[in-house]
Amino acid sequence: MNEIWAGIQAAFRLIVTLDPDLVQITLRSLQVSLSALVIASAIALPLGTWLAIRRFRFRRLTIATLNALMGLPPVVVGLIVYLLLSRSGPFGVLGLLFTPTAMIIAQVIIITPLIASITHQAMRELWAEYHDLLISLNTTKRQRIWTLIRDGRRTLLTAALAGFGRAIGEVGAIMIVGGNIDNATRVLTTAIALETGKGDFTLALGLGFVLIALALLVNFAIHALSRTEREGRW
Amino acid sequence: MVKHPMSVELEQAIITRRGTQLLGPIDLSLSGTGFTIVLGPNGAGKTSLLKVLHGVTRLSSGRVRWSVPDKEAREAQAYVFQKPIMLRRSVRQNLAFPLQLLNFPKAEIAERVTHWSGRIGLEDALNRPATRLSGGEQQKLALARALIREPQVLFLDEPCANLDGRSTLEIEKLLLAASTAGTRIIMTTHDLGQARRLASDVVFLLNGKVREQATAQDFFSAQQTEEAQAFLNGDIIE
Ligand SMILES: Nc1ncnc2c1ncn2[C@@H]1O[C@H](COP(=O)(O)OP(=O)(O)OP(=O)(O)O)[C@@H](O)[C@H]1O
Ligand SMILES: [Mg+2]
Repeated sequence: MNEIWAGIQAAFRLIVTLDPDLVQITLRSLQVSLSALVIASAIALPLGTWLAIRRFRFRRLTIATLNALMGLPPVVVGLIVYLLLSRSGPFGVLGLLFTPTAMIIAQVIIITPLIASITHQAMRELWAEYHDLLISLNTTKRQRIWTLIRDGRRTLLTAALAGFGRAIGEVGAIMIVGGNIDNATRVLTTAIALETGKGDFTLALGLGFVLIALALLVNFAIHALSRTEREGRW
Repeated sequence: MVKHPMSVELEQAIITRRGTQLLGPIDLSLSGTGFTIVLGPNGAGKTSLLKVLHGVTRLSSGRVRWSVPDKEAREAQAYVFQKPIMLRRSVRQNLAFPLQLLNFPKAEIAERVTHWSGRIGLEDALNRPATRLSGGEQQKLALARALIREPQVLFLDEPCANLDGRSTLEIEKLLLAASTAGTRIIMTTHDLGQARRLASDVVFLLNGKVREQATAQDFFSAQQTEEAQAFLNGDIIE
């Protein structure tokens, strides 16, 4: 018990003194997951909106595929990306394996279906609500999409935040494709796994606190958003 | 406003959903000015008829024919839905929306928003979220949002359903003013008093079909069908 307590104290010291390792790992984590978030959002938000308001041939199939992809275990995504990027794989020549780029690719694959799916649901609801009015007002296709995105912006942001939360806390896939290399591809989750394995709980706990803080921040933001939604502000 | 009011005709209009016929076949011609009041019991097809005329619901077969080209006809119409549809925005932004879509200049939008919010008594609520208004306030807002484009034809699906007596009279005053200014009004109501006060002509629907169409005077003094008689007497009709 004392050992754990001492570990917690030491961990706080690391955070308060801005330990270089801890800062570096945290920043890399943010860099990887935020990049993945931006790319995934750029794909998923338009895709989800489009699925909600357009009727086309493979719509149901696309939605089913999205939902299936959402259930993919991250480790398997890691394995697939690994095979694609490995020297003998189709994209081997790019030399991306064990780089932050590989990690970003894996995270994009993991969170895009999640963001698209939440977006799709929210936009479908909003579209059902607005449909008659927007048709009645003779809106153009562009005006309809713009109105939905504008008035659904909170849900879109919530979807993005959920994606970010998933990305930053993910460990299986990025361990495989990133390799958890010191000063190169080590991020919060993989470092925690490693340090715990080594028995160095101080750094593991310090990183853990940072991760918890980030997760709480994301959840708090989602909560705050849903409250402004309910109260009808902005 | 135009010299010749827009008129509309339905030819063999039918709506079928999942094998059952909700509406029709209807042949109907609406022309002239003033108020057409669509009457009928719940489920008679009043909302369906209005939506078909306006073009938000498509016919399964038959035709809707306006006296002007479709695009022109649509732009000259406004519709207030039975259940008000509020944008998740402020009252001000709800009022401004139809004008913004047409790229009205900002100053003109501001002026009309001020004018119409005043006429529905919501001038102090401009910055409140529209979704937080009371049912009656939402109904008034929906009406003002429809009138703000100064439509030539206005469809109203039970515009006073949630309103108290005083608000109902206020709304009727607004509608009469719009009508005087040249707006053709086609509306449904369950309030027979209101129907008598406003109607120039009446369309009586039953089970998806037009049972009677007459001038208000004729309809209220001498109904042609037993069903219409029963309906006006407040009897339950099959
Ligand atoms: N999209 C739809 N699919 C299936 N049935 C429908 C649909 N829309 C309307 N109906 C049915 O068509 C009939 C007519 O509906 P409509 O809404 O036009 O009636 P209404 O005269 O406006 O009734 P109320 O006075 O209750 O508003 C009803 O029986 C309704 O259940
Ligand atoms: Mg109705």
